[in-house]
Amino acid sequence: MPGMQEYVQQPLLSGLRDRASYVRRIAVLGCAKVHRLQGDAEVDGALVNELYSLLRDQDPIVVVNCLRALEEILKKEGGVVINKPIAHHLLNRMADLDQWGQSEVLAFLLRYRPRSEEELFNILSLLDGYLKSSSPSVVMAATKLFLVLAREYPHVQADVLVRVKGPLLAACTSESRELCFTALCHVRQILSSLPGHFSSHYKKFFCSYSEPHYIKCQKMEVLCELVNDENVQQVLEELKGYCTDISVELAQGAISAIGSIARTYTEQCVGILTELLGLQQEHITSAVVQAFRDLVWLCPQCTDAVCQALPGCEDIIQDSEGKQALIWLLGAHGEKVPNAPYVLEDFVENVKTEVFPAVKMELLTALVRLFLSRPAECQDMLGRLLYHCIEEEKDMSVRDRGLFYYRLLQSGVDEVKRVLCSPKSDPSLGLLEDQTEQPVNTWASEFNTLAPIYGKARWALVTAHQPGEPCYAFSPCTDSGNRGTGSLISEGSKEVLKVHPDTGSLTLIPDVVLTAEQFEKTWLSLDISCQQSLPWVGTVHPDTIQTALHVVHIQTIAMSKAGVQPWKAYFTAQDDSGCLFLTELLLEAEDSGMQVAVKQSEAKPEALQAFMSVFRTAVGAVAGLRS
Amino acid sequence: MISQLFILSSKGDRLVYRNFRGDGGDDVTDAFYRAVTSLPGDQAPVFMAREGQHFVHVRHGGLYVGATTTADTSPFVLVEFLNRLVTLLREHCGTLSEKSVSVNVALVQELLGEMVDFGYVQTTATEVLRSATHGEPETTKAFSLLDLRSVGLFGAETQQSRVAPGSVTNRPVLPPRGEQGGRREVFVDVVERLTVVIAANGTPLKVDVQGEIRLKSFVPGACELRMGLTEELSVGTEEQCGYGRLPLAAVAFHSSVDLEEFEQERVLRVTPGPGEVTLMRYQLAEDVAVPLPFRLLPSVEWEPAGRLRIHLKLRCDLPPKNHAINVVLQLPLPREASSLAQELSSPEQTAELQGGGRSLRWAIPRCQGGAQLGAVFRVQLPPTPPLGLGPAALTFELPALTVSGLRLRWLRLSAPPGAPPGPPQRWVRHLTHSDSYVVRL
Repeated sequence: MPGMQEYVQQPLLSGLRDRASYVRRIAVLGCAKVHRLQGDAEVDGALVNELYSLLRDQDPIVVVNCLRALEEILKKEGGVVINKPIAHHLLNRMADLDQWGQSEVLAFLLRYRPRSEEELFNILSLLDGYLKSSSPSVVMAATKLFLVLAREYPHVQADVLVRVKGPLLAACTSESRELCFTALCHVRQILSSLPGHFSSHYKKFFCSYSEPHYIKCQKMEVLCELVNDENVQQVLEELKGYCTDISVELAQGAISAIGSIARTYTEQCVGILTELLGLQQEHITSAVVQAFRDLVWLCPQCTDAVCQALPGCEDIIQDSEGKQALIWLLGAHGEKVPNAPYVLEDFVENVKTEVFPAVKMELLTALVRLFLSRPAECQDMLGRLLYHCIEEEKDMSVRDRGLFYYRLLQSGVDEVKRVLCSPKSDPSLGLLEDQTEQPVNTWASEFNTLAPIYGKARWALVTAHQPGEPCYAFSPCTDSGNRGTGSLISEGSKEVLKVHPDTGSLTLIPDVVLTAEQFEKTWLSLDISCQQSLPWVGTVHPDTIQTALHVVHIQTIAMSKAGVQPWKAYFTAQDDSGCLFLTELLLEAEDSGMQVAVKQSEAKPEALQAFMSVFRTAVGAVAGLRS
Repeated sequence: MISQLFILSSKGDRLVYRNFRGDGGDDVTDAFYRAVTSLPGDQAPVFMAREGQHFVHVRHGGLYVGATTTADTSPFVLVEFLNRLVTLLREHCGTLSEKSVSVNVALVQELLGEMVDFGYVQTTATEVLRSATHGEPETTKAFSLLDLRSVGLFGAETQQSRVAPGSVTNRPVLPPRGEQGGRREVFVDVVERLTVVIAANGTPLKVDVQGEIRLKSFVPGACELRMGLTEELSVGTEEQCGYGRLPLAAVAFHSSVDLEEFEQERVLRVTPGPGEVTLMRYQLAEDVAVPLPFRLLPSVEWEPAGRLRIHLKLRCDLPPKNHAINVVLQLPLPREASSLAQELSSPEQTAELQGGGRSLRWAIPRCQGGAQLGAVFRVQLPPTPPLGLGPAALTFELPALTVSGLRLRWLRLSAPPGAPPGPPQRWVRHLTHSDSYVVRL
């Protein structure tokens, strides 16, 4: 009803000056409602001034409502402006507000930049009391304000995080499950910067018997992150208790938690996991074997212990994931397991009744690998398996894999060895994974929002779907659309990549020599200079990415296997002035987008821009070929 | 900012729905219910994202109390607000259940209208809301055989009738308008939650005590309330804990509490309006030795044919005048048990298999302090290695007792001028319940 508005205007204005605060509260928000109804109408300057002057109103709720209304009305201009007088006025009124008003005003104050150090510390000391408020939401809002205002004073930030420990721990053990969950998510956020922060309070994160599954999972994650030399014994003891829980998900979660602690405390954890195999429970054995597989890849020193524990598992494991893990271990480390060929033989015997194609694929690879180390025992069954896969198998991918190995074997053992005998472990990947302490400032602005609740991977997914969010949409090789996309990197697209206009200012040197150790050292010593998310759908084919980046002179240092989640890769490149670009690619889950983090040995923004565009183009080309 | 607010029954029926900002479709509650019931196991239900909107909800009494919101809102504010809403609904409707909400829809809508405007929280104070709403609460009374308990035997005043039963607080805090009086009562509850893990050798690994002092006032108008706490209390690290001290690690007071006399005399002063308020939350320091109420002495014999003989001895270490009620012991078994034979020490106890035979449940309705209960269970399991039994989890309530020893010494009320004669009835209740009491075997 367009005509209505002119009738609303006048009562609204008189409502702003009404003597009753109740009327003023409603009138103030009414301004925002009318503005919303009008859509893209001009902002009424007089009204805005009136609202700014109402910030000095007697009634605290009117003050907060004014901030809210101005924020909505001035959205296009960047929201309500908090200048020095307003900031100080709000700080002085804080005591009159209720908890909802306080949290909201603290959020508005995030915008204010104090002019001097003295002013900053005056503000911080005024806010000090709110860190002790009985309402968790006020405490968290105050914490965020401290972290953001003191972004140049790391010791102040550290001090605040110590002081907020108490309220946060109280919220973590609160009676309200939902509050408890929210607090746990924020504890994890803090732990990502300060791994030792809650270590002495590890007992607070022991699961209670009656808690719902999602809280237990969060607590186990927290326990994994705060484990240290002093508490490792008790934490493992506690996690061990969960492994025999009635809930299958919880038990498996606990086992993989022990698996991830094993990266640091290998011996103790392998002992516990081996002990769990003695229970001969299907879901436990399956989870343990999967944990072993991931562990052997990162910590080769535990291979012998793992290999000794494996015999006997094959009769118990029934699910696809567990079988794949077991078969992979037997194939990759079969020379250390005396009865490996016989176990695999059982799988070959039963291959006709096997329902999971993935297990068959894994079996093919494992058997060809084992054939290389123990040919006499494997030759006969390898023949039978290949025959079955090529002649009788109905699943095309398994058939193709069978044909592939058949032809590979035809070309001679040396060729097979060259293709299949890749390194069996990658300790450097584990080291890099452990050293990801982010500075507080990387997440301070996300603290007390929904971002820590969803976690990094899901947050990227959630925000990616939001309309209006600037999302990098790359259409690869638009001018080469007529070229065939059948081959992975056609000659044509190579040219396109090279003559990309943005690369003009940047020349990357081919054949940079950098060992994994050098890379790791440099990586750890530098800060992230650029972080981006690229669109990505589906799984990764590491070889394709490696080839595509090699074309533009970006060298691969390390990569996860295909299909592993999260998938990670590290690259290096050097330009003609000697500046190094170290890059990390991270795909946390399918459909979550590819996270790119670049570190630069010298701070050169233009070169970084150019490098990013080269990198995007190359990765975008691979993404484009796939979709 | 809250875009929509809704209350759904456990089956997904929409009881209350309010759209504050006029955006989003009306199918939002259906979408929420679909999302919350079909959530993958590895995701938490509290916050869920859908098409740029975010759902947040809390669960109380089987109901979903939820809201939709934008991404930049503080999750702590949202959860705290929903929890506060639940408390307010309880105050106004008496109890919170599908029935009480559906008969009071008009009142709930009126409350929501005052609490939230255009998606922004305005106020949640009980007395402010009372003056702004006009609806009268309809109370729902469930017929219960238990109520017969309160009928005095031959007119004698039994113990039962002198203790305020738990259900008296389940009524709206405000008497219907126009009726003076009603029952003028003040309840102060000291409630502690106990979280304990005991190692297999009997040493406590973790003892965590969290307490709250809650006040629920049914007195219209303000009256000043003073209460004295245990004097041995010491807060934080302000003084070294000597013998007999009661050190608290963290204390948070409600903003309305006057702490002038707290430092010296341990006296809290507060002037509450009608309604419920948590005056003080505290946490006992970690290194205090709290007397544990229960000790479990198990002995387990594994017999070759998959038979398992479990002998449990449960000792109640409370003082003889105290007792525990609703004691339940849950013992997970390594495999699905097919049969159970039991020898219990009294007929009121029960034991059964649960979860398809994966756990054993032993229930004891009442256990006097100092008592020792024994039970023998024989369980038939599939052939299994002698591993994977336990840990046992106990749940119980300890009426009239706080494990930390924090008590209310006295409670004084000064009535406001013009109040009806006679002091309001005062009730002080102490209670400890087990949040999690785990004994490893």
